[in-house]
This record gives sequence, structure tokens and C-alpha cells, in this order.
Amino acid sequence: MTRPDTDLHDLSLVALAEQIRQRKVSAHETAQHFLARAKAHDALGAFVARDEAVTLAQARAADERLAKGSAGALEGVPLAHKDIFVTRDFASTAGSRMLHDYRSPFDATVVTRLAEQGAVTLGKLNCDEFAMGSANENSAVAAVGHDKPQPVRNPWNMDHIPGGSSGASAVAVAARLMPASTGTDTGGSIRQPASFCGVTGIKPTYGRASRYGMIAFASSLDQAGPMARSAEDCAVLLSHMCGPDLDRDSTSLDLPAEDYTRSLGDSLKGLRIGVPAEFFGAGVSDEVRAAVDAALAQYEKLGAVRVPVSLPRTELSIPVYYIIAPAEASSNLSRFDGVKFGHRAAQYTDLADMYRKTRSEGFGDEVKRRIMMGTYVLSHGYYDAYYLQAQKIRRMLSDDFQQAFQDCDVIAGPVAPSVAWRIGEKSEDPLANYLADIFTLPASLAGLPGMSVPAGFDAAGLPIGLQLIGNYLQESRLLNMAHQFQLTTDFHTRKPQGIRT
Amino acid sequence: MRLPAGFDAGFPLKTAMSLTSSDISRIATLARLELDPTASERMLRQLNSFFDVVQQMRAVDTTGIEPLEHPFATIRDIALRLREDTVSESDNREANQRSAPAVESGLFLVPKVIE
Amino acid sequence: MSAQKEQEHGAAVTAATPKALLVRGYEVVIGFETHAQLSTQSKIFSRASTAFGAAPNTQACAVDLALPGTLPVMNKGAVERAIRLGLAVNAHIADKSIFARKNYFYPDLPKGYQISQFEIPVVQGGDVQFMLDGEPRSVRLVRAHLEEDAGKSLHEDFIGQTGIDLNRAGTPLLEIVTEPDMRSSAEAVAYARALHGLVTWIGICDGNMQEGSFRCDANVSVRKPGAPLGTRREIKNLNSFKFMQQAMDYEVRWQIEQIEDGHAIEQATVLFDPATGETRAMRTKEDAADYRYFPDPDLPPLMIAQSWIDEVRAAMPELPQALRARLVSEHGLSEYDASILTQSKATAQYFLDAVAAGGQPKLLCNWITGELSRRLNQEELTIESSPIPPAKLAWLVKLIEIGTVSNNAAKTVFNTLWTRTTSGVANLVAPMAQLTATATVHNDAHKREILAIVEELGLGQMNDSSALEAIIADVVVANAKSVEEFRQGKDKAFNALVGQIMKASRGKANPAQVNELLRKKLA
Repeated sequence: MTRPDTDLHDLSLVALAEQIRQRKVSAHETAQHFLARAKAHDALGAFVARDEAVTLAQARAADERLAKGSAGALEGVPLAHKDIFVTRDFASTAGSRMLHDYRSPFDATVVTRLAEQGAVTLGKLNCDEFAMGSANENSAVAAVGHDKPQPVRNPWNMDHIPGGSSGASAVAVAARLMPASTGTDTGGSIRQPASFCGVTGIKPTYGRASRYGMIAFASSLDQAGPMARSAEDCAVLLSHMCGPDLDRDSTSLDLPAEDYTRSLGDSLKGLRIGVPAEFFGAGVSDEVRAAVDAALAQYEKLGAVRVPVSLPRTELSIPVYYIIAPAEASSNLSRFDGVKFGHRAAQYTDLADMYRKTRSEGFGDEVKRRIMMGTYVLSHGYYDAYYLQAQKIRRMLSDDFQQAFQDCDVIAGPVAPSVAWRIGEKSEDPLANYLADIFTLPASLAGLPGMSVPAGFDAAGLPIGLQLIGNYLQESRLLNMAHQFQLTTDFHTRKPQGIRT
Repeated sequence: MRLPAGFDAGFPLKTAMSLTSSDISRIATLARLELDPTASERMLRQLNSFFDVVQQMRAVDTTGIEPLEHPFATIRDIALRLREDTVSESDNREANQRSAPAVESGLFLVPKVIE
Repeated sequence: MSAQKEQEHGAAVTAATPKALLVRGYEVVIGFETHAQLSTQSKIFSRASTAFGAAPNTQACAVDLALPGTLPVMNKGAVERAIRLGLAVNAHIADKSIFARKNYFYPDLPKGYQISQFEIPVVQGGDVQFMLDGEPRSVRLVRAHLEEDAGKSLHEDFIGQTGIDLNRAGTPLLEIVTEPDMRSSAEAVAYARALHGLVTWIGICDGNMQEGSFRCDANVSVRKPGAPLGTRREIKNLNSFKFMQQAMDYEVRWQIEQIEDGHAIEQATVLFDPATGETRAMRTKEDAADYRYFPDPDLPPLMIAQSWIDEVRAAMPELPQALRARLVSEHGLSEYDASILTQSKATAQYFLDAVAAGGQPKLLCNWITGELSRRLNQEELTIESSPIPPAKLAWLVKLIEIGTVSNNAAKTVFNTLWTRTTSGVANLVAPMAQLTATATVHNDAHKREILAIVEELGLGQMNDSSALEAIIADVVVANAKSVEEFRQGKDKAFNALVGQIMKASRGKANPAQVNELLRKKLA
């Protein structure tokens, strides 16, 4: 096989897929290359599971299909899944001691869909425990190459967090350990780490991707999505991740799968970009504000028009989210009781004690906090004042978006008020973590599609993302906007210095 | 800690509706969690600091607003899909019990349950 | 029902409660919650089988085990059965109902919550009507809602441990809740039997109580007439009609004794122990009341269109209530007979088919509830697999009617037919449905078969009066003592003479004729 001009890991997903399809490089060689890269970067703590034998077997099977001419759209393309997706071939832990060594007898639908297209799994990616966290400091699982749990590291600066909860999914892409990865987004868990790690990520409309096989955190908010180094790559992956799963997921939308690459080349002339005043308040750092402003100016050059809009209840999204999500989570996590699967305490006196010890040992602090919050707001006497009230305001928030979309096609603003903070800086202050979610929560609550697009760096070289929020089912438009931006900027192409090239 | 815009505008951070340690105890029991006194106290502090933020939400007038049951319901009614009554899952016990903590004769074992 | 409404209702009903029902001066107030397992093939939220008796955990799929990442998908058959029940009890069927999570921890509850319905159930209101001591009664329903069953705990086989079988987890249930309308344990049992008959009649539940298909919880309280409702205790898992009444009676006596001794009744869940005949409070589950219900975010609202309700209504069988009325008005049966025949749809159908084949309704009723029933029970057969199909019984009854055989002789014929059919001698057994359709073709065959047996066994009723008179004359001569006693006013002597005559005629004499001729003779 002739060596391609560019290192395999510097190729986009689209380019790599093409190289493999043209048999310029085999799936097997590709897999070996990325497995070696992963190993060389274990210091980042991104992988929680790898199995060379499994990966290479998948790669060989891909090569066979390529030889036969029955290749899928992603044949031989290596990627890894956030450890929230259950897989038969690798343990699935959700970043928790509770699921140490858990083996699922079935694959998540999203995993199956990508495998059906020939994608090769490199392993499972670290995450905040049960997807609860904004820094990937809450994982209770030791990453590959480590003997105890560590915070996942941002390749742009190893002393900084990558964001969360899909922190490792962003890291893996930023460090070029794979062309793309899967993540999940409940309150911003794809968009925020994408922003902090300088990669592109998208959370589709709620219900667009199947939740079957996603270890549940907050049922009415969880969504799967891709992370990659470009909008185009995200569009390809998203097209295969989304689509109805009517037999297994009752919240899956009964709408046919789409080709999200179809509008990438569309002109942005006349596109109305809504800029909510509430996303540019005093809390946003100067550098973030500058990068976002510059990005919006760039869009104006591309023919778009800025329109002031208002999302007046933006701040309310924090209490509303942090009531609804923990409430649902407290119930979803009740199945972890040491009876059928997962961790069971070694010592206990009776059933009640077994439950208490199992759950107290199995869950980390943040998870316990959210279970407590959720249990409280659902408990007798508090349901109306908290949970029900939050769900009503949630409708008002959604209506606010519809109101804004009367005057614009897309809403844009920062993903987060700041860049990635230092490891440990906010780990003792849960509330600080929650407050930093303020800009991603609204779209989550409304179920709207949202993207993070690399839009700049701060003085210290830490990435800043631009958030794009579309109306329901407007993923193509968001990807189009991001793609056009990426044709005229190079933020998304830069390499972090911390990684080996 | 810098609060985003709006959070320091005019509403009291200390409110009447705070959790007490007996609340923590009650909730921990409901959730089958065991918290030692230190952990309990820390939990109380952390939850209370969060609930200070929550109070703002309680004051919002939501008269006549229906809760949002499915996010998409904002623009379109979503109805529960019904599947045909057919059996298509067969015995998969071995794989299903692979990660079980205690199994005997196909049954999951737990400490004796007293009715 | 809200506590206040309960009070008002309670007070209103008291006025109608007869003194005869009071127990030691106390009024008994009973409400029932029944869990009926719906007869679907697959579970309510998964595609595993609901068949009874499989090896442990072989019918518990990933969804049933609550494995991480699994989600519920609703079974149409379960909803359809809920609609059927709603129509059968004249309830309101909600066009939109919501599934809610009932959160609690128990080893047989895999998710740590049960998917049920809370604020907005699928069936609202309605009533169940039945007879009690010859009087019509009606018990109002509050609601019926869909939910999933839990698994089973096996305590006996393991020392210090309990084995959990989740095969049953996810079986669809309809929980049917009554108002506290019942005023005696007898009434409650009658209600339970009526509900049982109804759910099996409309085909939504197999009614097999030993297998746990129909489980009742009784909420029992007592009070002095006119007083507010007493605190109730719930007797759980009453799975046989026999023990149901016993359990409630014990509980009522226990509560009265407690009150008379000056103790207040505390709300509790109790279990009935058939061995001791007593109810005993279960170990209290802490925080029993706080289930933290909230709408299940994995399940959008259940929408039921009027067109679907109309479709289900059109496909429903005639309800037992209506059929009973028809049996009385069209076939002249008594209310009692009609209620016996409509205890099961199969029995009612058998009767109707036999009437259609020409049998006299009252006679048929006697035979079905008498001989046929007895023989079926003896051999543990259902009426659907009766070796004697409706048309054949109709012929037997016709022959009795026209006097070809006496009723007694007919019993012999019946037993002979039965034995010969089941031993394969005459293979005229066919599924009832088939027979009904081809009744006229087989009718002649039934007639010939019966007459052949009558001939063979010499069972033909003697209708010839001269032959009979001769026998009577002989018997009178041989039993002078009885004749004398009769003339002295002892009626028993008459029966003795009749007996002798029947014996002498080897059962073939027509009893009515014997009576008539003997009286004439002795006059």
C-alpha cells in the first residue's frame, strides 16, 4: 500500500473514508495506526476500554467487504463511543463504579447503525459519571494506562479540563486519536466540550437519534450526537446516527433519516442570525465575547444578517434544568440496586443494607447529589412547587424560542461564558459548574438542535466555540452555516501543541 | 465565582424555604443512599446553595401553562406509538445474567425478603 | 376519591344500609382493588412472552430486566383490552391518558419504579352489576388503569436468601378500583365473582386465580352508622373466593374488637393466612406513601380515538347482563337460571346452540347445570370440550319432552353417550362451532344415535297404558300393606308404591302416567 501524503490522523473523516474506499490504505492498517496513537496518548485519559483483537477483527471484516464491493458509507473508518452507549464488544461503565466491567448483551442503536455502515470501534471513551458533569472530572473509572480514576485532560493544555460530560469524546478528536467520536448531550455535554477542545459537535433535535442503548441520565433531554473536526464530517456521521427507531424507543421521532450533507454548500445570503441579548451579559468573559463577535462579523461577510432577539428566561434555564434532569435521573438510576447487574456491596446485613451500601459505594458524589436533588423535588409536598413548576417554565422557554424564530432563522452566541478552566478549579463547587451551563441549557430544555463551531482562541491558546441553535429539525441548516464558516476560517484545523504529531 | 448576568439582580439569596438535616435524612432513605454525618452536612450545604438559585423559579407566574411532556410537543402533538402484540424475544438468560452479582438456578439471589 | 367525597358518599349510603347487615352494630365498608393480568401474548412494554410456567428468567428480556439503555414500547393489545373493559362497565374511556412512574425499591421491581398510571387513567368511572341474594346490586368503579406486573420472589428454596424470577415482570395488568360501596363480605365476594366473570367473558383475562391472573385487595373498615368512615386496612392478595370472605369476616371482627377495646385502627397492609384463618399486618414498608409519581418521560401520552373505541365496541360479544335479560324474556328462564348459565361465555353459548337445535330451554338448563356440569367437573373438562355437543343434548331433551324416555332413563343414555364418545367408539365429537354451523346435517345423526342406544339398552319409556295398568295391578296386589297405609292417609306409602311400579317396569314407566293411573286405581 502506498503511504498517503498526509498522516492518516490528519485526514478528515470524509477524506479517510475515501482513502479506504479506494483501497489506498487498508482498514486494518488504519486501525493499527489509530490504536498506536491512542496508546501513545494514554496520558490524556480519554479511553476507558480498548481491545486490539476486537478492533482488528472488525477492521479485517471491513477489508473483506471492501474487497467484495459491499462496503458501507463509513467502511473501515475508526471511531470510539462515549461510554454511555452500551456495546457488546466492550464493557460499558457510564464512567461509574456501579457498572464496573458491565457487559451489555445488546448494542445501542446508534452503535449498530454506525457499525452497519462499516465503522470500526477503537474502544470506549471516558465521561463524567452517568453523564453528570461539565468537566469530565467526575469519572470513577480508571482510563486505559492508569490504575485509578483521573480527570481527563485537555490536549490544548493538559492542566485544564476538556469540558463534560463528553469530555473524552472531544479530547479524542482534538488530539487526533480518531477522525470522529460519538457523544451525548443532555444539558450541553457535546457542545461545551467541543467548544473547550476546539472541535465541532452537534446535538440534534430531541428524538432524532435513538436513545435505545444510551444509559439513561435525563430521559426528556438526552440526545446522541457526533464530534469531529469539521461540520462536513459531523454531517456525514449524523446522517447515519439519526433516524427513527420506532420498535425500541417511544420518544424517537417518526421521520425518515436525512442526508445532512445535502445543504452544506448553500449560500448564507440573507440568513437571519438572531443574537439574544441575554447571551452576552456581564458574566461572559471578554475573550469569549470577542471571538463570538468576530465570528458574527464573519457571517455578515458571508451574507448573513444579525437580528437582535430576546430569550428573556435564559437564567431560569438553570433552576429549571437542575430540577428536571436530576428528577428524571433519580428515577432512572433506581435500577442500580445490586440485584440484576452491576456493583453489589461485599458486606451487608440485610436487603435494606445491601441497597444502601451498594448505591453509596457505586455512585460518586455528583451523582449522589443529583439523586438527592431529584428525589427531593419529586417527593410528597414538593412536586407541584418544583417539578411541575419547572416543566411549565420549560414550556414557556420553548415558546420563547418559537417567538424568537419568528424574527430569525438561527440563533447564535457563546457556548459557555468562559474557556476551559483549570483541573480542580471548580471541582469543589458544584454550583459553579451548574451556572456555567447557562447558554447550552435552553436549547436542551426546548429540544432544539445545537452546534458548537470552533471560533477562536484566548490569549493562552484555549479554544472558544460559537454556538448555533436552530429550530426543530434544522440540523442541515446549522451544518451548512458551520461549513461555510469553516471554508473561510481555520480555527477548526489547528492542532493542539500537547499532542504528538 | 462570577455569576452570569441577572443573578445578582434584586432577589434575596437567603430564603425561608431551606432544607434541614431531617430532610436530608428522609431523602437519603427514599433514595437508598447512606450518608455519614460529614457527608450529610456537606450535602445539606450544597443542596441549600443550589436551592437558593431555585427560589427565583418558584416565583414565576405559570397560571394556565401546561407542563411540557415531550420537547417536540411545542410544535407538534406527540402520541404514544403502539406496537402489535407479538412475541419476538426468546430465552437469552445466559447473556442477560452475565453481569449478575448472584445467580443460582437461573434466579437472581438477594438477602432474604421479609414480608 | 378525595377523602371528603368519601365521607359524603359514605354518609349518603348509610341511609340505605339495612340493619341486618350490621355486625355487632357496626357498618362494614369495603372497597376492592383488583389486578387482572391481561391475556396478551407479549408483555406490556417488551416483546417477551407472558406464558405461564417457564423456567426462571427465560422470559425476561433486556427491557424486563431494566438493563442499562433499555426503553419501554407499548403493546397495542393491552390498550385494546382496557378499552374492552371500559365499554363493558359503561365507563368513560379517556381520549388522552398518561403513564407515570411509581418509584419504590423492591427486588422484584427491576427498574426501581413501576410504570403505571396516576393522575389520568385510561378508564374512568363505570360500574359492575350483579345479583346478591336475589337482589340486583351495583358497585361503582373509580377507575381502571394499565400498569406492569412485578416479578416473583421465591423464599422457600434458599437459606437466608430469596430467589427473584422476573418472568412475570412486565406482564400487563389492569388495576380496577371500586368506590367503597360494599357493605358486607358477601357482597364483596359477589362483586369479585361478577368482575371475574366479566373479564373472562369479554376475553381480556384468563381468570386463572391459581396462576395469579386475577388478584384482589380488599380495603376494609368499620364504623357506627352515620359516623364518618373508619380507618381502613388493606387485605392484600386474596386469590380465591373461598378465602376472600373468610379473610374479610375475620378482619371485620378484629377491627370491631380493637375498637371496643379502646384501640384506634391504624392504617396497615395485611395478609390473610389460610392456615390460621387470620389477617396479620405486613412488616410496614417505610415511606410507604411517597412514590414520587411523575409522568414517565419515556412514554408520550396515550391517545385513543373515538373511531378505535367504536371498532372495539362493534367487535364486543353480547355482555352477560344483556344476555341474562334476554334469557329471561325470550326463553322464559328464571333470573337465577339465567345467572347460572351466564357464569361463563362458553356455557351460555352451549345453551344457545342447544336451544337453536330445538331443545326446550328449561329442560336444557336443568341438564346443563345438572348432569353435564357434574360430569365435566368430574373429568376436569371444559364445556368447550364436552363429548356431548349442544345439538346432541338438544335431541336427548327433545326425546324426554315427547316421552320417548323418562328423565331417569335419559341419564343412562347420557352416560352411555359420554362413555362411548370418550372411548372413541362413536367419533361424533366435533368442535362446537363446527356443529353449530352444520347442526341440521348432524341432527339426524344425533337422533339416530340416541334412539339406537335407547333400543339397545331397552330404555324406551313405556307409554302403553294397558301394559302399565297390568304392572300396577300386580304391584297393588303384592303390596297390600302399603295400599292400606295410603288409605289411612300416609302419603309416603303412595311413593313406595310408585317406587315398586317403576322397579317392576325397569324404569321405563312414564312417572306422570304412573301417578295418574295409580291414583285412579286406589281411588
